[in-house]
Order: sequence, then structure tokens, then C-alpha cells
Amino acid sequence: MIAIIDYGVGNLFSLQCSLAKIGFDAVVTSDKAEIEAADRIILPGVGAYGDASEKLKSTGMGEIVKNEAAKGKPVLGICLGMQLLFEKGYEYGEFDGLGLIKGKVVSMADVIPAELKLPQIGWNALEFKKECPLQKYIKEGDCVYFVHSYYATDCDYAIAATTEYGADITAMVNDGNVYGTQFHPEKSGETGLAILRAFCELEV
Amino acid sequence: MITKRIIPCLDVKDGRVVKGVNFENLGDVNSPVALAEYYSSCGADELVFYDITASSDGRKLFTEILTETARNVFIPLTVGGGISTIEDFDRVLKCGADKVSVNSGAIRNPELIREASQLYGDQCVVISADIKRVDGEFHVFAKGGREDTGMEAISWIKKCVDLGAGEVVVNSIDTDGVKNGFDLEMLKAVCEAVNVPVIASGGAGSIEDFITLFKEIPDIDAGLAASVFHFGEVEIKELKEAMAANGITARL
Repeated sequence: MIAIIDYGVGNLFSLQCSLAKIGFDAVVTSDKAEIEAADRIILPGVGAYGDASEKLKSTGMGEIVKNEAAKGKPVLGICLGMQLLFEKGYEYGEFDGLGLIKGKVVSMADVIPAELKLPQIGWNALEFKKECPLQKYIKEGDCVYFVHSYYATDCDYAIAATTEYGADITAMVNDGNVYGTQFHPEKSGETGLAILRAFCELEV
Repeated sequence: MITKRIIPCLDVKDGRVVKGVNFENLGDVNSPVALAEYYSSCGADELVFYDITASSDGRKLFTEILTETARNVFIPLTVGGGISTIEDFDRVLKCGADKVSVNSGAIRNPELIREASQLYGDQCVVISADIKRVDGEFHVFAKGGREDTGMEAISWIKKCVDLGAGEVVVNSIDTDGVKNGFDLEMLKAVCEAVNVPVIASGGAGSIEDFITLFKEIPDIDAGLAASVFHFGEVEIKELKEAMAANGITARL
């Protein structure tokens, strides 16, 4: 069973459907016992860093995810969920992430040419930077769906893939049993489903 | 490099896909769920579901179809048609929509854009504008293109983006259904005015029309069409290959 962490941000219907489509049961939950019993965890998220960081704290979900990650359970953060795996986020202020991966999340406006639109909305290709189990069923150059204005940096050691949007933008990260995708695998067609499958098949 | 998106639009009425020429003469095409799955497998980058139902029964059927589509199709889904309130946003987002497109609802109440973008994020709110030339000026039309609002279109779109719309669909009534190419003049004017993604709609008749669109207006992010895809006049796979062959970044 996969626990999709419910801390009051975003629409989790598509994520749950995508896991069902590839044959894996997932439950959307904020129940401690249920999360502890799950064999892997997905941390979703849409919206602003500050709000989400606050909600992870106030609901206690952040502590639970950190504890489960420390036990070696596979954790996958998606989009804002990935950004929250880092130490800090700088979106309208400075906010704490979970610190499961070293690095910070900052605006892309500082690194991309001014004529490029923000947010980046659309399909962009993956360039692999290091081997990662999530790449098992996909190949370099495959496109995935992005919607974001902020990106993770100062995290070279963890970058498994980038995408080119006026600069190399962090797209997939991995540090031990902790994984993250800046893009939405649940909205990235067959490539996205293949990435979710690889996560769901990780040995635990 | 980010790819240029190809977006089939499904007009849904009473549970079926329809498409009219110049918004009239609606003819039945296919089951929305089956068509959505087919397009996704052909390489469509996104789908737009447009609810043109008036009755509450039809609306319920539409949400059921949307839910069923979201269970089986894993590319972004935009929903439009009859979106007038935050409750309408909530209803379609819960059924698996990723973005919500507003048109007449925003004309009646522009604050809807601000409220929705603050609640769900700019990326979730798409302003869709039906535009037609009137006495040499671009005018915004309401009610499915039947009513001239008298508003100048470019300033209307700018206002919507300032209020928080994260994407713009420009539908030229002048070229819609004519299948003689997109309205390049109108689209250029919109691209120059805003810095959010702009989606071209109205007028696609051939693969060449899409190539011309992306070559003539590099700032255009996506091309949207309905009947040319539904009737197989343009195959999405062939279109994508032709784009790549012409140096236009496409997801193959």
C-alpha cells in the first residue's frame, strides 16, 4: 500500500487514479498509523511553499514523513512536494522544508532569460545527470509535464535529471531512499506512469 | 527546450462530443472518453473538455464523463463551459481537471479570475476569449460567440492576466470553422500584449496551418483545434512529425 500524504494542498484524484491504472493501491491519508503501515510514501503538493510548509508542520505530517524516511521507507515528492524535501524554500519569504535533501528552492527568474515565460508550463525533455532507479523504464530525451516557477538548486549531488528552460533546471532528484520530481508524473502520459511504476517497484 | 503543445478540444453536449462550424450546425462525433483516450495515445499534449450543456442533468453527465476520463487519461485536462463561480471551479477540479477555462463567466464577473487564481494558483486559471473584428477593432464576444460585448479584446486579455489568469486561449470567430489557417494577425497582437502562455484556436485546416502558426509566431505556446482532429483531417502523430521536421520542438 502506498500512502499519499493529505495535508490539505492540491488535488490528489489524478495521482490516485494513475497509481490504480498501473496496478498499485494507494490511499490518500493523514492518519499516522496508516502512513506507518504503508510500504512507501508520496508527498504531493500544489500551491505556495510557505503555505505548504506551514501545513506540514501544523498537521504533524512533516514529522511523520521525516521519521518514515529515516527508517528507509521510499519517499517520492512531486512538484511542490519535491521542493518541500529540501532544506529551505524562498518563495515570498524564507520557509523550512523537511531537509531530507540538501539544497534550497529559489525562483527561476534569477537564472532564465527574461523573455521566457514564467511559470514554465508544458512538456519538456529530461537530461540524465546520474543513474537513478526512477529512470528504469524511461530514456533520456523523454518529455514530461512541468508547471512551476521555482526550482531546486545547490543540490548537485542529488540531481538525477535536469530539463533545459533557458538554464539547466532540476527535474528529478534522489538521495538514498528519498526521490523527487519537479514535473507531474501523473500528468506525463506513458513516461510518467513508467516513472511511477519504477517507484512503486522499489525494493523495501 | 519546452515543446509546442497540440491540444484537441472536445465540445461535449448530453454526453457526446460535438463540433459546429462557426458555432452552428452541431454534428455528433464520438464518445468523449474514447476520443480522449485515443488522442492521448496519439500524442496529444493536453485535452480541453468544453461543456456546452445547459441543463442540470447534462451537467451531471458531463462531470461523470470528466471523472471517467481522468481515471484513464494521464495528460493535463482543461475544462471550460459554464464556469461562473468558485463552486464551478471546485466541482470540475474534484473530478480531475487540472485547469479551468473561463469565458462569459469572467466577462460577467472579472473578480472570478482573481478569486480563483488566489485559491488554486495562476496556473489553474485559463482565460478563453472569443474574438471577432468589428469595424476594424478586435471585440470580445460572449455567450459562445453570439453576443458582442463591445469590449476591445487586447485590453480585456491584459486585464485578465493582471487579475491572475495564467494562460490565454485566443479563439478567432473570424477564422473558426473556415479551415483556412489560424488568425495570425490577432494572435500576434495578443502575444505582444502578455507574457503568459498563449494558445491559438480557430481556423486550423491542415498540418501546414500549424507549421505556419509556430513559424510565424514563435511566442505561441500551443495550437488548439477540434473538428480537424475529430474527422481525421489532421492526424496528431503526423502533425508532430511534421513539426519536428520543420525545426519546431515537439513531443514525439
